Amino acid sequence: MLEQQFGMTVDTRTCVGCAACVIACKTENRLAEGYVRNWITTQTRGRFPELVMTIRSERCNHCRSAACVRACPTGASHYAAGGTVQVTGSKCTGCKACMAACPYDARYVDEQSGTVDKCTFCNHRTSRGMATTACQEVCPTRSIVFGDLNDPDSEISHLLAQRDWYTLKPDAGTRPSHYFLK
Amino acid sequence: MEATSTRANPLVDPGLTIWNQDVAIYLFLGGIVAGVMILSGAMRLWYKQEEPSLALRLLPWGNLALISIGMFCLFLDLENRFNSWRFYLVFKAYSPMSWGAWVLLLVYPVSAHMAWAETPAHWRETVLRKVPLLRPWGEWSVRARRNFAALSIVSGSVLGIYTGILLGAMPSRPFWNSSLLGPLFLVSGVSTGAAFMLLFRLNQGERRFLGFLDFLLILAELGIIALWIIGMAAGGEASLQALKLIFGGPYTAAFWSLVIALGLVTPAIAEFIEYKHRAIPGRGAALLVLGGGFALRWIMVYAGQHSGWASEASAGLF
Ligand code: SF4
Ligand code: SF4
Repeated sequence: MLEQQFGMTVDTRTCVGCAACVIACKTENRLAEGYVRNWITTQTRGRFPELVMTIRSERCNHCRSAACVRACPTGASHYAAGGTVQVTGSKCTGCKACMAACPYDARYVDEQSGTVDKCTFCNHRTSRGMATTACQEVCPTRSIVFGDLNDPDSEISHLLAQRDWYTLKPDAGTRPSHYFLK
Repeated sequence: MEATSTRANPLVDPGLTIWNQDVAIYLFLGGIVAGVMILSGAMRLWYKQEEPSLALRLLPWGNLALISIGMFCLFLDLENRFNSWRFYLVFKAYSPMSWGAWVLLLVYPVSAHMAWAETPAHWRETVLRKVPLLRPWGEWSVRARRNFAALSIVSGSVLGIYTGILLGAMPSRPFWNSSLLGPLFLVSGVSTGAAFMLLFRLNQGERRFLGFLDFLLILAELGIIALWIIGMAAGGEASLQALKLIFGGPYTAAFWSLVIALGLVTPAIAEFIEYKHRAIPGRGAALLVLGGGFALRWIMVYAGQHSGWASEASAGLF
């Protein structure tokens, strides 16, 4: 069997941008005031009055060819179980090379610890065998689906097989594991 | 209860400043140090016209001071300074930051040996008489002077190129992402190094040599900048957007006035006139070169962070 490769889909047809996922993540991970690890992006296109709005819940893309991991001089940013990208705080110097390297600006410096932080794909949950992330659990429209991309029977694999999707900034060459359903 | 749901990480948004003036100063000083290492090594090996001036012989000490200030700036920029020793537990070949940390480790001892070996003999003797323990190292260093001069050229070149590659190896920032940034920062570093040396009381021959060399270096730098701009202009949408930062965007005035006009073209003209009329290069052009070199790094560090990939266009949404 293939190794696990965790990924996430956000259904942009059903996401209403309520930001419950943002607050859930903030609470779950006890983030300091003013900091978030995921966020809502809204994009409006077209010409008035024919406007189309896209809403997305975004976070670190857990890239499979992660620019942040390559840029990190200490190995603090690394690939971890489930193909996710994690930061080991005790190795982080706060040099911010990873932040400069990330095309999505998904990282920030936690002012208290001085180390870099970002979405972990809830690895504190998955390492204990839980199958959901905090953001997925609270989403009232069930727009967020988290799962194993290498398991052909997972919900996420089905969604990606059946629906049109895109990833963010594919030209940046980072091979995100985070997909947006059209 | 706090309920921030828009992206509001104070250190990222809204201005997105990841690296600030500390990094610009560090890159600037790193460039000068690289330049002085290369030039003082090269002059020790190949410049044979006259007895080197006292200033030239003492310059490597100045270099040690500059690299220390530069490292201090880098240290200030670290958000978690207690972990700075972590740089030296691993070497990560893909990480320019890791290369930089290790290169600095090479630059220090080489510069220290150079500084010692270039110090006038009677001063060295005074020190060795006071601290006899240093004698074996002190004498060996002087005997190996030419080897250290060669090493100084090599490590200076690596340092100079690295200051550019640190930015150039970031595919996330189209304004930086060019392999020309390595040579650009190296040539600019040697040019600012020559300008820095010209601030001191060198003798006439040395001044003439460095003045004319700086003129040639500025020409090379202008050429590389032209290629870098052409490279971006010939690139995709993200590169074109990045190019707008200095063509109509917020950094246009600063780039074309401080870097190109005042920092490169004016001193190049001055140095050429000095050369034509066999005049002794003064400090005016050198100061302009130093100002321009600093402006270049400042603009690079800040403008680069404003460049990126447009998610709408590249996701095929528009
Ligand atoms: S989104 Fe950024 S931080 Fe996350 S894995 Fe990709 S490059 Fe790294
Ligand atoms: S800030 Fe930390 S995680 Fe990021 S590159 Fe530097 S050491 Fe690595």
